[in-house]
Amino acid sequence: MTETVDSPPSAPEETPPKSWQPGWLVRATGVGASLGKTLLMPALALLAALIFGAFIIALTDLDALALLDDEPLGALRQMAEGVSVAYKALFVGAFGSIYGLSETLFAATPLILAGVAVALGFRAGMFNIGANGQMLIGGMAAMWVGLHVTLPSVLHIPLALVAAVLGGAAWAGIAGLLKARTGAHEVITTIMLNFIAFFLVEFLLRIPVFQEPGRNNPVSEKLPPSAQFPEIFGSDYRVTIGLLIAIAAVVFVNWLLFRSSLGFEFRAVGFNPDASRYAGMNVVWLYLGVMSISGGLAGVAGANQVMGLPPYQATPVFAGTIGFDAIALALLGRSHPVGVLWAGLLLGALKAGGRAMQAAAQIPLDLVVVMQALIIVFIAAPELVRVIFRVKPMEKEPTRLTRGWGG
Amino acid sequence: MTATASSAAQVRVRATAEERRAAFVGLILIGLAAFVFWAFGLNVNGDLEATFRLALPTDRYTDIDWVVNTRTLAFVVAGIVGFLGGMQLRRSNVKRTNVMLAVGLVFFALAFLAWAAAGKSFSLVGMLRSTVILSVPVTLGALTGLMCERVAIINIGIEGQLLASAFAATVLGSAFGLWAGVFGAVVVGALLGAFLAWLTIRFRIDQIIAGVVINIFALGLTSFLATRVLAQAQDLNAAPQFASIRIPILADIPLLGPIFFNHNFFIYATFLLVVILHVGFFYTRWGLRSRSVGEHPRAADTVGINVFRTRYRNVILGGLIAGFGGAFLSLTQVSRFEENMTAGVGFIGLAAMIFGRWMPFGALAAGLVFGFARALQQKLGILATPIPSEFLLMTPYLVTLIVVAGLAGRAIPPAADGQPYTKE
Amino acid sequence: MLANDDVSLSVAPGEILALLGENGAGKTTLMNILYGLYKPDAGEVLVDGNLLRLSSPDDAIAAGIGMVHQHFMLVPVFTVSENVYLGMEPASPVGWLDKRAGSRMVREISERYHLEVDPDALVEDLPVGVQQRVEIIKVLSREARYLVFDEPTSVLTPQEVREFFRIVQGLSEDGKGIIFISHKLKEALEIADRIVVMRDGKTVAEVLPDQVTEEELAKLMVGRPVDLVVRKERAKAGEPVLVVRDLVVLDDRDHRAVEGVSFEVRSGEIAGIAGVQGNGQTELVESIMGVRHSLAGTVSIGGREVTAASPRDIHRMGVAHVPEDRQRSGLIIDFTVTENMILDGYYARPYSRGIQMDWGEAARAANRLVEEYDVRTPSIGTQVSSLSGGNQQKVIVAREFNRDVVLVVASQPTRGIDVGSIEYIHARIVEKRDEGAAVLIVSSELDEVMALSDRVLVMHRGRIVGEFDPETAGTTEIGLAMLGATT
Repeated sequence: MTETVDSPPSAPEETPPKSWQPGWLVRATGVGASLGKTLLMPALALLAALIFGAFIIALTDLDALALLDDEPLGALRQMAEGVSVAYKALFVGAFGSIYGLSETLFAATPLILAGVAVALGFRAGMFNIGANGQMLIGGMAAMWVGLHVTLPSVLHIPLALVAAVLGGAAWAGIAGLLKARTGAHEVITTIMLNFIAFFLVEFLLRIPVFQEPGRNNPVSEKLPPSAQFPEIFGSDYRVTIGLLIAIAAVVFVNWLLFRSSLGFEFRAVGFNPDASRYAGMNVVWLYLGVMSISGGLAGVAGANQVMGLPPYQATPVFAGTIGFDAIALALLGRSHPVGVLWAGLLLGALKAGGRAMQAAAQIPLDLVVVMQALIIVFIAAPELVRVIFRVKPMEKEPTRLTRGWGG
Repeated sequence: MTATASSAAQVRVRATAEERRAAFVGLILIGLAAFVFWAFGLNVNGDLEATFRLALPTDRYTDIDWVVNTRTLAFVVAGIVGFLGGMQLRRSNVKRTNVMLAVGLVFFALAFLAWAAAGKSFSLVGMLRSTVILSVPVTLGALTGLMCERVAIINIGIEGQLLASAFAATVLGSAFGLWAGVFGAVVVGALLGAFLAWLTIRFRIDQIIAGVVINIFALGLTSFLATRVLAQAQDLNAAPQFASIRIPILADIPLLGPIFFNHNFFIYATFLLVVILHVGFFYTRWGLRSRSVGEHPRAADTVGINVFRTRYRNVILGGLIAGFGGAFLSLTQVSRFEENMTAGVGFIGLAAMIFGRWMPFGALAAGLVFGFARALQQKLGILATPIPSEFLLMTPYLVTLIVVAGLAGRAIPPAADGQPYTKE
Repeated sequence: MLANDDVSLSVAPGEILALLGENGAGKTTLMNILYGLYKPDAGEVLVDGNLLRLSSPDDAIAAGIGMVHQHFMLVPVFTVSENVYLGMEPASPVGWLDKRAGSRMVREISERYHLEVDPDALVEDLPVGVQQRVEIIKVLSREARYLVFDEPTSVLTPQEVREFFRIVQGLSEDGKGIIFISHKLKEALEIADRIVVMRDGKTVAEVLPDQVTEEELAKLMVGRPVDLVVRKERAKAGEPVLVVRDLVVLDDRDHRAVEGVSFEVRSGEIAGIAGVQGNGQTELVESIMGVRHSLAGTVSIGGREVTAASPRDIHRMGVAHVPEDRQRSGLIIDFTVTENMILDGYYARPYSRGIQMDWGEAARAANRLVEEYDVRTPSIGTQVSSLSGGNQQKVIVAREFNRDVVLVVASQPTRGIDVGSIEYIHARIVEKRDEGAAVLIVSSELDEVMALSDRVLVMHRGRIVGEFDPETAGTTEIGLAMLGATT
């Protein structure tokens, strides 16, 4: 067939301006993710966040502010000193010593687990904000096995983990089912489930099945040693097998997404549920499936929080803010499991350092939360970073995930 | 073989999704009726009476009480709800499903309250008054969301806006007085709205991410400042409170008076705002243009409407409303700022917006429903029912979950919802 | 006078100029520049001798240029009046809308130009032909002196096209300059005073309609001689493969889109369903393919009832489907060519064993198919979004035709693609028919249906209203059926 020229790419006239947009959630993520290219942006984002953080620290230094009128120079010097003390503690706490490094790994463990959970969801087009709730339920399930089953460690821990997976999967499955059956948007349902989980756990920690005898507040009994994660670097460091489990999770999700047919389906549904339906995939089951697996992974993260930290007890806040941090991680890591691993280490460093910063310079840990928000913004809008640092943009299209409320 | 046009009327037709849902709701209503009959009727001592106080001690006509026999009421309610359920099961009732469900749930709540208050006295008027008060942040949140979504910008960050503006209201209110607090809150809400608009319009960041960022940012910053600054400077954490304004004559109407006409100005303002927004969206040029931007931005563009400017403007206006909501929280409800004091009310507002079908009056109605759930949770705590307190605390979130889970039917947002607009 | 890029055109008041070119030739881009939606990189636009700075649609409107877009710029949930006066609303200084004045204005224009429409109807309830009238009224209400129509007839029946031409004649007699953009040769020849042909972004010819033939025009559009007729032999029809009986299907808004449709398609024949889009064809096809539940009736393929079968089961029975919206239903445009090629069979051997995928096999298959179906792509690892429309469609055809096929269901198979790809796909479809498959074509391009099909069925408002033999029936007869008037 002789053709004079290959036809130009589809003209805009072909696609009617309907509200439908393919690949909404997944556009940002891992498409063409070569790590080298994507390393510069996160680095700059982090730098920008640190700079903002410095300003925030300086401007809320009440003692220094009080001096501003009388001794402006002295005040500024005090502010600068405050910032440097804080940041020095931050870096030492994260990297400055073997102990710091171990703390980073320790903090990174649940983040990585929750992060791959959320990243997996993103890949299939599900915005799983419910990781916190799934962690809570999964953790409680593990807790139950830990407290009420007697087995040697080598069996006890796996069984508890299985319970955690089932618990988290079931909790996430509620949101998945609602989305699949009724189209209820998972952002709202998972957030509501977070709150419900929190109160449920509060309740459970007051009943004899869980509550530590003799206590009035919602605290569980201590786990027996057979259900505690052993430390892998000796008793000086807090890193446990939880880290190995987290790495295993990364490997698993990587295989799942890119080497298994189920992962192929997840990715397809994430990019284009209509075409997936036409291709014969059962979109309903896939939504449910991905939420369940995602929830299961989050459940393991929850198990880590009770089985991997002394005093091996559960309180209603054992999930902390990890569920939300996981969102930042998934975005930072472009929803790629390996990217999430690196992002988890980074965020773990921030957390470990942040704790040190809090101890040394009385800077509340919430600053790390603020910096996280800034990092997300900078990652999601590479142009912003470019504007700040006058850097050439790496990728053209900013992160786009939303498709609207419809089912 | 030729093709023929058959007469569809003779063919047996399978049920549609709407009909299935109607039947499902019918079954739920019947189930509820049976539950009420058993749990609140048969299971209850036939002598027990619940006293619903219908007047506040401060009212003009006091001591109006409605005394019901719990068991009798339960039977009556069971009968009514069961009847409604039966009606639902007949296929012809598809359109009325939502109304039937709402009515059925109201009756259920009544029987439930009679049970919870059996043998005791319970201030029904107080609870209904609380409903109105507690509905305000939800309604304002829904209105904020509505302003943004009508121009096709999804605003998940309402929670953050409420929290941050509540903080501003507390601090500025403590330092400079009531109106400074309101002003500060409104400005902060608008600033965050502008930030959301800037991120999503200028940089085309995904709207949900931008919203999540605002929430995280607001939570982190307010918690940080609360610990670092407020803990030391206690006098910045004691905001003055607005007083209630009694509307003469109207406030003296029994039952309706204390529920609607004796509130602080925020609540009256909220009702007014609902009316203004409704009129604005459907009767003015501003409203027509805004809605066009939300439904078909390219069409709007081709007639010369500046899509970007319209979006910025409306999102900032939405932020003002959120700021107003934050001021309400700090300057009428509690005077101390607590970390994360909004506790999800912004998200409930989003659910109310969807439930209310992106209409101002719908947002009001939905806000009242959620307000009722929150009031219920409070009052039940006082009544010392056998239900554990933690489950009561779950109530508003459970209700939101159920509402959003499509018992409200398929909801249709503005057509361009969620997509950034590009002038190619 | 209008000029642009290295493209130059001019239109005089009262003249009808047809701008002809195939998809992707650059016509719409040109018009968008004219209307202020795009910025030109070079060149200028002059109206009545005055140079214009067009930076927004407002400027174009002010200059007297009005555009009726291919995909209507109408807000579905607004009324006709609201759509017309959007942007120039009759309102009090405060902003209060004067809705009655708006309706009045619409009625005036409607009467003056014989464009019947109800000002208070909701646009989403109107048939497409009427929606087009609303667009025209919108343009006229802004006192346009030059009207640009982008592919106006793609959504009309032959009768509606006649009606449209009458309106255009009327406007031109009224002194308006008209630019009529299309890829349809016959229409250009019929209505235009002058024809300009565009190809690959340049103007390549300017001719008068009575001095040029269809074949010459086609050659100018594509750059080489084009076969306007699909070469095929008589069909050798066998047993019925697809049997549809009394099918009733609801659309997304729970209206009955398909109202008791019955027909058959035999092996070795091509049955075409003609009809303007929106008469239930989409829902019919979706129902046959298992993607949409039917309310009543049955569908059987090869003797087996598949009414409630899943899309995958139907595929496995040997059904090839080319969906009408390739980017939405046929491809995952973020996926690579390879991934799209195995979209129908990824879950089984040879592409996966159990749950583990075999990407090596997939790559081998993709390479083979790209070769065999002449898909122009830099590599099999390229994202399908980078391919042209024609090549995207070829990926779908390659995937679907690459197995034992007993039934082909092709919906709008050549919409929006270049002529070369159109020829190719038509040839492959006929080839499948000759191999014994039953073929169902659904297309709103009557020419395509008539050229390809051995039998033509017409769908109107959810029913089959007529069956024709394309060799003997004429477009008028079929067009009447498309409007619902049965002979």
